[in-house]
Amino acid sequence: MQELAEAIREEGKRLLESGEVDLVIGFTVGTLPLRAAPVFVRRAEDAERLVWNSFCENNLARYLRDIRDKRVAVVAKGCDTRAIVALLNEHQLDRDKLHIIGVPCHGMVDRRIVARRAPGQVLAVREEGEEIVAEGESFSIRLPRSQVLYRSCAACTHPNPVIYDILLGEEVAVWAEDPYAHVREIEQKPAAERASYFATEAQRCIRCYACRQACPMCYCEECFVDHTTPRWIESGVTPAGLQGWQIGRAYHLTGRCVACGACERSCPMEIDLVYLNGKLRKEVWELYGFQAGLVVGELPPLAVFQPDEGSDSTP
Amino acid sequence: MSKWQPKIVVFLCQWALKSDSEWARRHELPQNVHVVEVPCSGRLNPLLLMSALQYGADGLLVIGCEPGHCHYKEGSYLAQRKFATLKSFLKTLGFEESRVRLAWLGETESGTFPSVVEGLISEVQRLGPAHELATRETVPCVVKA
Repeated sequence: MQELAEAIREEGKRLLESGEVDLVIGFTVGTLPLRAAPVFVRRAEDAERLVWNSFCENNLARYLRDIRDKRVAVVAKGCDTRAIVALLNEHQLDRDKLHIIGVPCHGMVDRRIVARRAPGQVLAVREEGEEIVAEGESFSIRLPRSQVLYRSCAACTHPNPVIYDILLGEEVAVWAEDPYAHVREIEQKPAAERASYFATEAQRCIRCYACRQACPMCYCEECFVDHTTPRWIESGVTPAGLQGWQIGRAYHLTGRCVACGACERSCPMEIDLVYLNGKLRKEVWELYGFQAGLVVGELPPLAVFQPDEGSDSTP
Repeated sequence: MSKWQPKIVVFLCQWALKSDSEWARRHELPQNVHVVEVPCSGRLNPLLLMSALQYGADGLLVIGCEPGHCHYKEGSYLAQRKFATLKSFLKTLGFEESRVRLAWLGETESGTFPSVVEGLISEVQRLGPAHELATRETVPCVVKA
């Protein structure tokens, strides 16, 4: 992990010194333990600030569309590169201006699980092999990495970058057995339970739209939820508004979601957003054999069709 | 006692009915069936379908032109994929998927429109009222031109 961080710093420094890029986007130390923060590095001497650890959870592809006029280098995990590919396919980015520093990912650690498992406030955290060591005033606990991964990371199918200009570190083996296990579990419940599960999950939403802001694929200039004519969904925290938001947000990502889990991580209410997006990913995979963000030039599944698909719903 | 009449919303492609006499028959439909004309089934925003369910529709019917006979050539094909994914998504949210139906009216099928609607009505009558997503209490202010 440390060698990888060093390699990222060197590459960032080299790119800025040579003037190949105007800006390097990566991660720096967060202000709290268990956190790393996205950082924009513009000067070569500041490349020292770049770090790499198991808390670099943000999807940095989120920022790229807003700085399309600059030549940008971005530190990208598997899911970040998938988002970049999906954005390229939707003609939102200019590949020539991007320098992708690919970093294989071992899965990001869910800070909320670590904090919950710790008997007190976590003041320091470090990684020792496959274990996360969290320390506080009077305790030190060791947690196996596999138990504290984000749900989306535990189900990750592409930890290695799918597109890059330089790959740092060794490629890692895929650990997930069934990426849709969580979706299947919910699908198997009776209809009434599925309905009440959705209603209770949606009911916790506070309409902060953090999920939308964190999502690399949510880039509409004006979101459907902010429209006033027509007003698709009421803006209050009524059941209709909350459910409408969750359905609309998830459905807009049909065939576009790259499974990075940025929405889930950003949700302050810890709503199960993974199953909503996961369901649609599973559907697109089973019906059309499509996974978003893997092949440059591949059109999104809802933008194309096969003439012989037929309709399963003709009465 | 007369049978319970479900609230049905029909999104009807403006090109699907081929003759004036067929268009006229639209007014013969039961009062609980609301017909919304749309330019093309392929361009129908799924948010409209969701919105109708939230307002308390018990069944939804989208009527388009048979694939291959779309006025815009590929609209019906695009509708298929949009519809298949939406339906399956609604099912995962606990909504009975057979309440939502996509139907094609072919070139030679004049006069079948009312029977297609009847088909959905009887299916929804079997299922009873839909309340899973009917969370909207107020009816919005409708501005008429």
